[in-house]
Amino acid sequence: METVQSSSSFSAPVNGIEKAPTGISGFDEITGGGLPAGRPTLVCGGPGCGKTLFAMQFLVAGATRFGEPGVFMSFEEPSDDLAKNVASLGFDLNDLIARGLISMDTVVIERSEIEESGEYDLEGLFLRLDFAIQSVGAKRVVLDTIESLFSSFSNEAILRAELRRLFRFLKERGVSVVITGERGEGQLTRQGLEEYVSDCVILLDHRVNEQVSTRRLRIVKYRGSSHGTNEYPFIIDRRGLEVLPVTGLDLAHSASTERIPSGIPRLDAMLGGQGFFRGTSILVSGTAGTGKSSIAAHFVDATCRRGERALYFALEESPGQILRNMRSIGLDLNQWVERGLLQFHASRPTLFGLEMHLVSIFRWVQEVAPSVVIVDPLSNLSSIGSYNEVMATLLRLVDFLKARQVTALFTSLTASGDEENETHLGVSSLMDTWLSLRNLESNGERNRGLYVLKSRGMSHSNQIRELLLTDRGVELADVYLGAEGVLTGSARIAQKARERGAAAARQEELAALQRRLDRRKSAVEAQIQALRAEVEAEEEEVGKRVRQALLQEREEQEGRAALATARQADSGTLGEGQTARPE
Amino acid sequence: METEAKKWNLRLYVAGQTPKSVTALANLKRICDEHMNGEYSVEVIDLMENPQLARRDQIVAIPTLVRELPSPLKRIIGDLSNTERVLVGLDVVARG
Repeated sequence: METVQSSSSFSAPVNGIEKAPTGISGFDEITGGGLPAGRPTLVCGGPGCGKTLFAMQFLVAGATRFGEPGVFMSFEEPSDDLAKNVASLGFDLNDLIARGLISMDTVVIERSEIEESGEYDLEGLFLRLDFAIQSVGAKRVVLDTIESLFSSFSNEAILRAELRRLFRFLKERGVSVVITGERGEGQLTRQGLEEYVSDCVILLDHRVNEQVSTRRLRIVKYRGSSHGTNEYPFIIDRRGLEVLPVTGLDLAHSASTERIPSGIPRLDAMLGGQGFFRGTSILVSGTAGTGKSSIAAHFVDATCRRGERALYFALEESPGQILRNMRSIGLDLNQWVERGLLQFHASRPTLFGLEMHLVSIFRWVQEVAPSVVIVDPLSNLSSIGSYNEVMATLLRLVDFLKARQVTALFTSLTASGDEENETHLGVSSLMDTWLSLRNLESNGERNRGLYVLKSRGMSHSNQIRELLLTDRGVELADVYLGAEGVLTGSARIAQKARERGAAAARQEELAALQRRLDRRKSAVEAQIQALRAEVEAEEEEVGKRVRQALLQEREEQEGRAALATARQADSGTLGEGQTARPE
Repeated sequence: METEAKKWNLRLYVAGQTPKSVTALANLKRICDEHMNGEYSVEVIDLMENPQLARRDQIVAIPTLVRELPSPLKRIIGDLSNTERVLVGLDVVARG
């Protein structure tokens, strides 16, 4: 983006002289405020270059927007043509006249009914002009095209003297004047009007290059004011003239940290988990049929789902075709169209010049104020201009969208085989995020791969994902890295199956081991049971024997006691005899 | 001056009493007297006093002589010092 700065340095207004804004979008920026106030400006160019419209717009803008009523003095076009011209700007000329904001005067001179005899001057013209200026309190005057006088009067010396007097007269009145002039051979105007108008000269040009017309504007001179010396493309459409400054803005757009999801969860995950930054530019490049539009459609779908507006500029397919195609992958974009959240604008790239495309995008963006803009595909624009033109146009577009915090997604078609070196018109430096889609060919099939080539300001995945177009939309799958490289498609599925099989086998083995252990465990338990039973039996036997022994002894004692009683032995002898008796 | 029912119905547009205006008026009187046998009417319009008439009558050059009648409308611009051209312009040469 370093390149932007140099070209935008002159766009800052220099406060030298007072300016009268023209209301022509873009023009006031490159001139730092408009035409010189209180002075004459010459607007010249060939037939049909738009000079009358320029003048009219200057006048209407003054009357309706800047509180400066105006006088339109026409020397050629009948007024109803002018009224149509003004109507195309969205104003009713008759209404403006009725409200005293504009005074119209058409000077008609029928050469055939005029005879010259002796000295004359153009005081009648001065009186008309003065009367018109006073009747509306005019601050602006248009003389369109005063050169016609040269064909009406034969005395050129008088005419030139009177013209000089006219410009003096207008300067004294302090009105800002636009004089239109037809382009002449070797000079700016046929009659050398530039000799009288020394303050500001603007040249309009209309040329056709390879069947595409472009209009250019150049400020030939602007006394007391800095101005761009470039040729600026301009367009004429239903809202009049619009000049495209190289870059109307500096690089001061604020950078949002807000994230905006892509509509594809796995893609968000690849982009640091949260998707794109709001207000950035995203390039989706790829060869034919790699799913660029599908990614765009997902982004649109996610945007509209959040209730935000999206604008889709289709330069290749018709909206109907896009809607149908996206339905086939399960995206119903039509619902957003019906709810007014999504607008399509389709046009053939070659239908009109690059500038016109740019302006139409500008205008729609201004009108719709979307949060997301899709240009699909950007590469088609490159077919209608030289490399430099396309770059300049893109620069303006990207700048313009960034300044409005609009997130823009551009798709770009690349020729197959040139994927790594795809310069994409050098646009990549303008882009903050670059998703590259490419075909991965192996095993006789073609699969889609997606990389994040770059994404400024966020950590992002360096891995390739396989992009699958399913009837539930775009899905991203991990790819497998095998011995022969990246595995996609059926190779990936086969690999997956193999892995599943291996996992199942492992599971079984484990289960078998477990079962064996269980069995062994129960065997041991049984053994323990048996031993314990044995011990218990033994214990019982021993106890029985002890009890028998005790019983026997008592019987013997009792026997002895009975004997002693029978022998009448005393207790002492009995006791003695008991203890002493060996057993 | 009267404007009705004459063969020649003329209007002279001037802007104040400039030398050119004065000369034009004098020249016109002379030409009319010499070539129109009193069958004429001349109206002098000073655009300084009625500037809105300049737009209505499509006057650019001053002085301008307009031949309203006989039709078609003719205009002669200048101080009318070239009598020949005035007569050609007014189509009175044939009579003269």
